[in-house]
Amino acid sequence: MIRRLETDVVVLGAGPAGLAAACSAMEAGARVVVVEREERTGGILKQCIHDGFGLLRYGRQLSGPEYALRDADRFGSLGGRAMLEAFVTSAARLEAGGFELACVDRGGAFLLRSAALVLATGCRERTDRQVFVHGDRPAGVFTAGLAQYMINVQGLLPGRRAVILGSGDIGLIMARRMTLEGMEVIGAYEAKPEPSGLSRNLRQCLDDYGIPLTLSSTVTAVHGGRRVEGVTTARVDGAMRPIPGTERELSCDTLVLSVGLIPENELAKSLGVPLDPRTRGPRVDQNMHSLVDGVFACGNAVHVNDLADYVSESGERAGSSAAAYALAGPGSPSRVRRLSPLSAGPGCLYVVPQLLDLAALADVARADDVCLYFRSSSTMASGAVVRLAAGDASGAGGATLLERRYRALRPPEMERIKAAAGSLAVGPARPAEPGPGASLIVEPSKPEDR
Amino acid sequence: MSVHKELTCIECPRGCRLSVEVDGGRAAVSGNACPKGAVWGAQEAVAPMRTLTTTVAVEGSTRKRLPVRTDGTLPLGRLLDAMEAIDPVVVRPPVRRGDVLARDLLGLGVDLVATDDLLGESR
Repeated sequence: MIRRLETDVVVLGAGPAGLAAACSAMEAGARVVVVEREERTGGILKQCIHDGFGLLRYGRQLSGPEYALRDADRFGSLGGRAMLEAFVTSAARLEAGGFELACVDRGGAFLLRSAALVLATGCRERTDRQVFVHGDRPAGVFTAGLAQYMINVQGLLPGRRAVILGSGDIGLIMARRMTLEGMEVIGAYEAKPEPSGLSRNLRQCLDDYGIPLTLSSTVTAVHGGRRVEGVTTARVDGAMRPIPGTERELSCDTLVLSVGLIPENELAKSLGVPLDPRTRGPRVDQNMHSLVDGVFACGNAVHVNDLADYVSESGERAGSSAAAYALAGPGSPSRVRRLSPLSAGPGCLYVVPQLLDLAALADVARADDVCLYFRSSSTMASGAVVRLAAGDASGAGGATLLERRYRALRPPEMERIKAAAGSLAVGPARPAEPGPGASLIVEPSKPEDR
Repeated sequence: MSVHKELTCIECPRGCRLSVEVDGGRAAVSGNACPKGAVWGAQEAVAPMRTLTTTVAVEGSTRKRLPVRTDGTLPLGRLLDAMEAIDPVVVRPPVRRGDVLARDLLGLGVDLVATDDLLGESR
């Protein structure tokens, strides 16, 4: 007979988001099952051997494995055990409420039922085909994360002479890593006019080793039969189209791609969870609750974060909220949400959460500080003002709910505002109606402020 | 004579742009948002130091590599030498995070320590 398991909260994924969610759900008194497809917990941190993690959460610079071990220790001390090498093949909502997941692990197939679900499935790398590098497909084209897995986990060198396309953080980290391991890194090429990675990684991964970064340039073709023999680069115009006559041929045996990450949400889609086209993750309220009751999401599945610390933070919130939801039971008044939209207004690339649950904000017993995560849509000089205004995305005329001034804003660098629940009172007087919403607006500094 | 340097601080993700004036043995740092930046900038302008993170070979496990780090910083210009010195290191389980795997690398006074647990992982 097929194995059947039942629990309060199922967490999918045992990376930093999933383990934080599992721990906070257990601490809130829920029974938790964690499903992880790999043989060890820790997610992508297992292969991120460089340091720089944990400054916000632990006040010190940890390597990825050290950060992951802290999660594993806490999870273990709470009595948690992840189902490893386990995979969800399909998910269904039950008519009576709750979810049933069809899963497979080394012991065969099993069914897993829960009242709440936390999606902590992380993100995936964009590939060469997704950035329109077409033509032959010789060996030697790797995503940065794959190159990282090969070197740091498998102990394999991807090649001898590499070109990097893109300037995302993993690509920068890998430029350094490949150099230290004896490879020659010719240079990194970024199609955008500005680098995508953190400034400190430009410094410590490229500048430290004299690796040039060429902006407004891309790889237009890969050459080679069985193995990469070279690539063609070209400058691009403002619309990112290659400019004829600017082509250069580079001899290399490896092309490493660091061209963006996309939240992984196949399972969310199968459950009918609405996604935000800007983040490509589920639209969530401040408790990381999606628009499908009982489905929570956190970490890079919601939006691609710069820092593991923020991933963990959203996991904590998702886990405690999922536990509260599961333990409240069907028909509980605390399960009734009153959602009001929070939009990305002018100058704002996206904001998470995309919704505010006014019912939870108004409930003194439950109302916690709210974390708003956002990116500006363009680089803003010192003095930029971020304003949360009542009203829709046009941002016209709404009352200012809160305002922050920044030294600088760059789209690659995610910002976070922690706001007191009381400051987000965007609801109407009559509780039955949805609020008119609020929007986050990013404005350049005014000349008189400079 | 004083020398002016523009640096990006690597102490945290904020990545402050630092201006450093080096005059003889003294460095004056500005642009830092926190005290760490002042300390880092003053050192960086004179002699850049880095922590090295890499892996060592594993035997007797299904895992092939164990992540490691230096327990202090070493001169930026010696990182490749340090990689060579670390190359022959081979570990067998059990290893616990923090275990010292090589002492006093290149005579620079820093040790190589494990940053992950390596237990009896086999199938």
